[in-house]
Order: sequence, then structure tokens, then C-alpha cells
Amino acid sequence: MALNDLALYVILPALVIAILLVLIRLASGPTVTDRVIALDLLTTLGIGVIAVYAIATDQPVFLDVAVVLALIAFLGTVAFAYYLEKRD
Amino acid sequence: MSEQTTELITAFLMIIGTFFMFVSAVGVVKMPDLFMRMSSSTKSATMGVTFVLLSAVVYFSDDFGSASRIVAVIVFVFITAPVAAHMIGRAGYFSGSELWHRTVVDELETRHDADRLPLRRALDAEDRINPDKISTGLYEQIQRSEEEKPSTSD
Repeated sequence: MALNDLALYVILPALVIAILLVLIRLASGPTVTDRVIALDLLTTLGIGVIAVYAIATDQPVFLDVAVVLALIAFLGTVAFAYYLEKRD
Repeated sequence: MSEQTTELITAFLMIIGTFFMFVSAVGVVKMPDLFMRMSSSTKSATMGVTFVLLSAVVYFSDDFGSASRIVAVIVFVFITAPVAAHMIGRAGYFSGSELWHRTVVDELETRHDADRLPLRRALDAEDRINPDKISTGLYEQIQRSEEEKPSTSD
């Protein structure tokens, strides 16, 4: 099916390249805060990848993972921000 | 809605969403300071993930359970992304992130006491009564930065 091919050969590679770009920032970010931002964006991109993969394989079950990931991402970011503010 | 129409709309929304997510990743790598990176990672990525999830809503529109779950994710992302960005930005500002050297105005600078890390309980009573004081400070800050900056007209 054409939509499968689009998702698997165009959309997912583009998202993987985006994730690799974010990983560059995660590795090189000058401060901890930059790394937290990179992690936040990484989970957001992860939600996108899961949604595209669910479409590509025609399996709506995977979308439950997207729900959980959205919840965890927020908690993680807030916890990191709180830690950074109270650190010193 | 015929199957072909559904697939067409799905593909269209998916491509738009991926474009925005890709742009946000490029922005996080290329932007010069923390707050610009944050702006690109928050706004653009939220829009991108919203479009991709909308494409999933269209694709799974036969199955009401899945579609409503994805709509819940969209709403949740829209509520939490600004809150998370605000908290990171605040933490970054107080943990001493450098602003870009060509930043024009720093509105928090005049109200923030670096000795006491918590934001100087924002506006103290006097400022709250007399809001002109704050705007004057801001105005002078802009004036000062424009004087320092060489004229951009040429």
C-alpha cells in the first residue's frame, strides 16, 4: 500500500535524521539545561515516531505507548527543571 | 469518506508534521542560545507532533477508541508543552545561562536579585501600585541597548 511506503521510506527516515540531530545537541550541549531541552524534544519526536509506525503497520495498539510517553515526558522535564532550580 | 481520500489526508498531514518536527530538530542544533533553542524545540515540535497525531486520528477514524485516545494525547501535549518550557526556561535563567550577545532586551534583569536565587518575589508592593516604574525601566533598557548597538540602517 502506498501509505505504508510513504511512512516507512520517507517519514520515518526524516524523523530518524531529526533524532540524530537532537542527539548531537544532547552530547554537546554546553549546559545541563540544553541537554534537558534535547531530552524533551527527543521524547516529543518519539511520540511522532510511534504514531507514524502505528499508521505504517496499521496497529492502533501502539498508540497506547504514545499516551504513556507523553505523560512520562512531562513528568521528567518538570522534575529536571525543579532539580536544576534547587541545585545550588 | 472513501479510503483513498482518507489516505491522501493522512499522508498530507503526516508530511506537514514531519517537516515541522525536522525544523525543530535543526533549530535545536543551530540556534545560538538556550532560550532560542527552547523556543524552537517547544513551538515547532508541538505543532509537528500535533499534525502527525492528527494524521493518525484521520487514519484510525473508523475505530473510535483509538481516535479519541489520540485526541487526548494532542490535548495533553498542548497543555503540558508550555508549562514544561516555562519551567526549563526559568531554571536555565537562574542557573546562569548566557544570553546571545546580540540580545536586545532582558525584561527579567531589572526584577531579579541574583543574591537570592528565587525570582525577587517578582513585583514588590511599590511596583504593583505604580506600574510606570517597570515600563520606564524597560524603556531605558531598550534605549541603552540601541545606543550601544551601531546603526543598522546601512
